[in-house]
Amino acid sequence: MLKDSDRIFQNIYGFKGSGLDAAKAVGDWDGTSKLIAKGREWLIDEVKSSGLRGRGGAGFGTGMKWSFMPKETGGRPVFLTINADEGEPGTCKDREILRNEPHKLVEGALLAAAAVGACAAYVYVRGEFFREAEALQNAIDEAYAAGLIGKDACGSGIDFEMYVQMGAGAYICGEESALIQSIEGKKGQPRLKPPFPANVGLYGCPTTVNNVESIAVVPTILRRGAKWFASIGRENNTGTKLFCISGHVNTPCTVEEAMGIPMRELIETHAGGVRGGWDNLLAVIPGGSSVPMMPKALCENAIMDFDGLREHGSGLGTAAVMVMDKSTDLIKAIARLSQFYAHESCGQCTPCREGTGWMRRMMQRMVTGDMTIDEIDLLHDVTKQIEGQTICALGDAAAWPIQGLIRHFRPEIERRINDRKASDAGQAA
Amino acid sequence: MPKLTIDGIEVEVQDGLTVLQACEQIGIEIPRFCYHERLTIAGNCRMCLVEMERAPKPIASCAMPAGEGMVITTNSPAVKKMRQGVMELLLINHPLDCPICDQGGECDLQDQAVGYGMDRSRYTEEKRSVKDKTFGPLIRAMMTRCIHCTRCIRFSSEIAGVPELGATGRGEHMEVGTYIEKALTSELSGNMIDLCPVGALTSNPYAFNARPWELKKTESIDVMDAVGSAIRVDAKGPEVMRILPRLNEDVNEEWISDKTRFACDGLKRQRLDTPYVRRDGKLEPASWDEAFSAIADRVKGMDGSKFAAITGDMACAESMTALKDLTAALGSDNIDCRQDGAALDASCRGGYVFNTTIAGIEEADACLIIGSNTRKEAPIINARLRKRYLMGGFKAGMIGEAVDLTFKHEHLGAGTDTLSEIADGKHSFAKILKKAKKPMLILGQGALKRSDGTAVLAMARQIAEDNGMISDDWNGFNVLHTAAARVGGLDLGLVSGDVASILDGCGSGSIDVVYLLGADEIDMNRLGKAFVIYQGHHGDAGAHRADVVLPGAAYTEKNATYVNTEGRVQRGRLAVFPLGEAREDWTILRALSDVLGHKLPYDTLSEVRQRMVAINSVFDGDDEVTGGAWGEFGVKGKLDSSAFVSPISNFHMTDPISRASETMAQCIEALLGDNKGKTGTDG
Repeated sequence: MLKDSDRIFQNIYGFKGSGLDAAKAVGDWDGTSKLIAKGREWLIDEVKSSGLRGRGGAGFGTGMKWSFMPKETGGRPVFLTINADEGEPGTCKDREILRNEPHKLVEGALLAAAAVGACAAYVYVRGEFFREAEALQNAIDEAYAAGLIGKDACGSGIDFEMYVQMGAGAYICGEESALIQSIEGKKGQPRLKPPFPANVGLYGCPTTVNNVESIAVVPTILRRGAKWFASIGRENNTGTKLFCISGHVNTPCTVEEAMGIPMRELIETHAGGVRGGWDNLLAVIPGGSSVPMMPKALCENAIMDFDGLREHGSGLGTAAVMVMDKSTDLIKAIARLSQFYAHESCGQCTPCREGTGWMRRMMQRMVTGDMTIDEIDLLHDVTKQIEGQTICALGDAAAWPIQGLIRHFRPEIERRINDRKASDAGQAA
Repeated sequence: MPKLTIDGIEVEVQDGLTVLQACEQIGIEIPRFCYHERLTIAGNCRMCLVEMERAPKPIASCAMPAGEGMVITTNSPAVKKMRQGVMELLLINHPLDCPICDQGGECDLQDQAVGYGMDRSRYTEEKRSVKDKTFGPLIRAMMTRCIHCTRCIRFSSEIAGVPELGATGRGEHMEVGTYIEKALTSELSGNMIDLCPVGALTSNPYAFNARPWELKKTESIDVMDAVGSAIRVDAKGPEVMRILPRLNEDVNEEWISDKTRFACDGLKRQRLDTPYVRRDGKLEPASWDEAFSAIADRVKGMDGSKFAAITGDMACAESMTALKDLTAALGSDNIDCRQDGAALDASCRGGYVFNTTIAGIEEADACLIIGSNTRKEAPIINARLRKRYLMGGFKAGMIGEAVDLTFKHEHLGAGTDTLSEIADGKHSFAKILKKAKKPMLILGQGALKRSDGTAVLAMARQIAEDNGMISDDWNGFNVLHTAAARVGGLDLGLVSGDVASILDGCGSGSIDVVYLLGADEIDMNRLGKAFVIYQGHHGDAGAHRADVVLPGAAYTEKNATYVNTEGRVQRGRLAVFPLGEAREDWTILRALSDVLGHKLPYDTLSEVRQRMVAINSVFDGDDEVTGGAWGEFGVKGKLDSSAFVSPISNFHMTDPISRASETMAQCIEALLGDNKGKTGTDG
């Protein structure tokens, strides 16, 4: 278990208040200008050697991403964009940061901007996070008033502006290029890549898009050193991470833990264990709705980090652990997710636009067993026709939960179809 | 010059090409729906997916720039499977109503489904259906068939510059539409029909009329404006069913204006299909002999100076040549091709053509538009100006009516005062022209058909010469015509008369006989007591006033030569035969000349064309621009300070054909709100 002293988010539950004083009391804004003074190279190298991987789900190295930002921009400004459009079902970590530790985000934004040479940061906050956006705006106002950001931020000689932009509730706007479109006032649809945002991003300028958590942990990493961060967790999966545990556990929570903590330990230590005991566990979706589920057998020895979960055919995603005990109708649960993806598909590219609707309809029939055994294979085939062929990852995200269900619970599906057939035959007789 | 390997073939391609274009260069066809070479890349149909070595996922070949060392596979089983997958997904919500769809037989989706479709559907759920939308009288929008390629959206916002279309809704509820239901207002909207790869957008007037394989296709030239767009005339039996664009990179690329495309139903109404002779004040059908003898009665032995001729805006060069020769044979030189009284003379070709050429607009970096609403007068040229504007580094200024030209321009002023300021170098735009490397000006008929037209012309020439528009390798002086026949008429020298004095002569009685060759745009009331011969194809103003009507052929019914505003000599071709008793126009004049005892010396089309070449060697060319010589033209003089007014107030009705077109009338009703006050019970 992570030592309390190693926790980055000392105030994640908000017991100490979210104002500037409270933030300073837990160490935020301490020596920020000295960190900036060490220069762009040092900032990027330090984040790189800490092994920090993006906390938004894809797990791309944050330092690596920053190093892709062009040094020569031909007079174009550079922007930092922070993705606070936390819409992944089951995920509620960025919300806690925005509510209770907004100053970590503001300070992190300044440091990240210094690292990539950005003149401004845009925070794209999910439309439903109204109070969270207020809290963030308060923190930004406080920081401006204290001279921490704005002209000559923290006395570092850097000018840095920060803006909050509210979304309107579309899940797809959490995709980095759709988010950029949305900030520009356009329809939230992912853009084609290449060109990548690092070259042509917000308003056609070089842009880096980072998750709230990735940015918020940066100040602490820089203050305590990359070595400290890298010493937690396993190689390539270093540091601490906010886990959101929900579903059939006794005490659902958001908690900061070391990467690589065993799933069972995470659930039992922090979430009070599975409802009705570990043996009552049916399956876990370990990283938000987009990753395939894991049946209990795989959960026994699962390690909660990017590579550990990939070994089991799933992924860490946003580290939103959704626990389902044996009372769960898994088919119905996945059908609900299919409905979500069909609703949130932007409609731009063919496989996702047409495929999510097809999958939703088949999943709805599967709930009542109103299909044939062959159609399970057809459904699997359809998920394969969507996976990997779309502009953004929403197609994959819609396909994987169904693939996970079929992979691990095919007998359950077949049983339901056969039961339905038997009861239909009984009624007819 | 990146080198890449496609299906084992090494190929070196130009910088900036996409993988799809690289594949095309070596003859590998990649199926696609959303990609179109003249539109931005959307990459949304996913039909063009190919495999790339070391890429974790398949790539959209339309959007991926060709890079050094790429290894692309387009023919693997996996690629085929992907295309089949996309095709299946496209088809699950497509109505598959090909038997009742107008796109059938020329549908991209149908064609690709032959290659990548399955023989049956695996989709057993309910299909999505979308309520039909109204895009105005030209386009029939059956949006259930839409595959969301967004070509129409991109066309309207990029090429047409009238961003009226967009997508609303998400996921499978995404719909393409006009947000608030309304008729499209772009003059180029019909091109969306061609762009639509499926039957979602089809031609409304053509609906349910014919199948593509029933049509005889004839390549021809448009005469609805002076651009001379390349067109294809599709005819079924004796009827012109539709007009489609043909590729001509130098003129219209692959677009045509809505009038070019949709006015063709005017060819079926108000037609003159037999000669008429006025007896007791009333026009009565007659035979050719009767008509000719009625003319001979008046003309034979007449003093030649009492004969005058006016040629119309759609007349072909052949008929104008014959009329010129006939007029001369009768002892008159009173012939004019400038119905609107434009102050142009034929002495110097550089002074009356679009010297820069339409394609040349793309090289210009500044443009002064004088007295022209290019959007209405020549939508195709306007689209080229917009294309140039989108490339960046292009400054445009306009003197005339303040209108939306679809590209950013500065409205400098309304009339000659502003023009004088620019000529004197006092105006801020004069500095822009001075600084520009390849400046151009466009002089519209609105500035020339005035009483001070020659003075405006002279001032425009001065501006061109003072601002470096005239050099060895660049000529930025351009006259934008609105009549398809005008440059041809000027090339033939049909300026020895003068419309205003002819009309005055008719009033005063000094002119007895007037020959109108398709001339309908003059004030018929001023013809006085003159004996009027009208030769043309429509019962319009001219025929109404005429004493003898000779039925001619419309542009789709004859092999004829037209010279566009650039001075490009082009040949239209016969698609259907002239209606009833009507004949090709030059043959009518040739026959009449015989009756009048002045037999013209040509019996075949090629002999007429030889005569045209003898008059002016430019007629030797075919689809080429013969540069005009630069010289003195226009006469300096006092300018009238009134504002320039575009000659086209109503884009949809400018000539006898479009005035007879029901479709054009519907456009006017839809766009100009002519239907106000209707109760639904009237008529």
